[in-house]
Amino acid sequence: MKWATCDLADYALRKADDTLVLGQRLSEWCGHGPVLEQDIALTNVALDLIGQARGYYQMAAAWRADGSTEDDLAYRRDTHQFGNHLLVELPNGHWGDTLARQFFFDAYNFFLLEQLAKSPVEEISALAQKAYKEVSYHAQFSAEWIIRLGDGTDESHAKIQASVNRLWAYTGELFEDTDLDRRLDGAVPLPSMLRADWLQKMREVFALATLELPDPNAYMQKGGLHGRHTEHLGYILAEMQYLPRAYPDAKW
Amino acid sequence: MVRNPEDSDIWNILASVLDPEVPAVSIVELGMVRFVEREHSGNVRVGISPTYTGCPATDVIVRSAREALEGAGFAHTEIQTVLSPPWTTDWITEEGRAKLEAYGIAPPVGSSADKRSLFAPSPAVRCPRCKSLHTTRVSNFGSTACKALFQCDDCLEPFDYFKCL
Repeated sequence: MKWATCDLADYALRKADDTLVLGQRLSEWCGHGPVLEQDIALTNVALDLIGQARGYYQMAAAWRADGSTEDDLAYRRDTHQFGNHLLVELPNGHWGDTLARQFFFDAYNFFLLEQLAKSPVEEISALAQKAYKEVSYHAQFSAEWIIRLGDGTDESHAKIQASVNRLWAYTGELFEDTDLDRRLDGAVPLPSMLRADWLQKMREVFALATLELPDPNAYMQKGGLHGRHTEHLGYILAEMQYLPRAYPDAKW
Repeated sequence: MVRNPEDSDIWNILASVLDPEVPAVSIVELGMVRFVEREHSGNVRVGISPTYTGCPATDVIVRSAREALEGAGFAHTEIQTVLSPPWTTDWITEEGRAKLEAYGIAPPVGSSADKRSLFAPSPAVRCPRCKSLHTTRVSNFGSTACKALFQCDDCLEPFDYFKCL
C-alpha cells in the first residue's frame, strides 16, 4: 500500500471519534424525546453511528498493530487524544439545536462517505459503502426536521434560525484540510473538496425551510482535529469511559 | 452468492439460525449468509454480512451460527464478517418476504432505491394485517434499525415495515 498505515490509523481514529462522540450525545435523548417516534428515531441514528464508530476503531486498531483493541481506543484515550470535530461534542440543547447540529453533520457525513466508498483502501471503502446507506436515512430525517421547524410556526422558525446561527461557527472545521489528509491523498478526499456540495445542500434545504443561510465566510472555530476541544468533551468521556476505567478487567 | 450443492447440509443448518430480533426469518432467508466454504481439513468458513453496522443482533447471530454448526459436528468453524458489497434488502428471499408479512412486518417494497432525493414519496406499503395499500409512514425509524413505523389508514393498526436498504 502506498500510504503509511500509521496515517490510515490516525484517519480512521478521527472518523471513529466523530461518530462515537455524536452517537453518545444522541443517546442522551433516549427516554427524553418529545414524542416516542422521535425519541426512537434519534436513538436509531445513535446506534448506526456507534456501529460505524466500531468499524473505524477496529480498522484503526488493526493498522496500529500495537496490541490496542477497539475498546482501548474508545475508552482509554483522553480528551487531547480525541480527534473529533468540535461540532459533534456540543451539548444537545433543545430539539432544534440537536437537529441543526445533526443536519450539519449528516450532510457532511453523506458527501464524505460518498467519496470514501470509492477509496482504493478496501477496508475504508467497505465500511463507507455500508454506512452511506444508513446515513442517507439520517440526512433525510434531519433535513425534514429543519424544514418542518423553519417553515413551521413563528416560534419554531425563530428558534431553529437561532440554533443554526449559533452552531454555524462550528461547521467550518468540517472542511479543514490537515497534513494528515494531504498525506493520504488518493486514499481519502480532501475535506475542502466536500464543501461545495455541502453548501449547495444547505442552500437547497434552507430555502425550503425559509431560513437564512449564515455567512459561509464567517469566523470559524477550530481545534478538535488537533486535540484542542471545548470543555464539553471531558464530561462526555467521563461518563462514557467510567466503567471500563473503574473496572479495567470487566468483561461484558 | 454461489451455493455449492455439496454444502447443502451446512446451508440447512444455517437456515435454522433465526434473527433474534425478527424470529420469523432465518439468516439465510434474510440474505445475510454470503458464502460457505468447506476446506479439505474439514474446517468450515462462513461469510456473514451484517444488516446495519450498529445492529446489536449481529454478535448474537454470529455466535448462534457457530453454535449451530458446532452442535452439528463441525468443530472448526470460522465466521467471517463481509462488509463489501454491503448487505441490501434486495437479498431477502421470496420465502423470507412472505414469512415477514405473515409475522406482521411488511416486507421491503421494490429494490433499494436511490435515497438521495429528499422527500421522495414513500412507496405504497401493504398493511400486513388487512392487506390495504392505504398506509401512511409514521417514521423512518422503528423498534429496530431495519424497520420503519407505518400505520394502516383502513384498519388503523400500526405496523412495522422492513425498510429498503
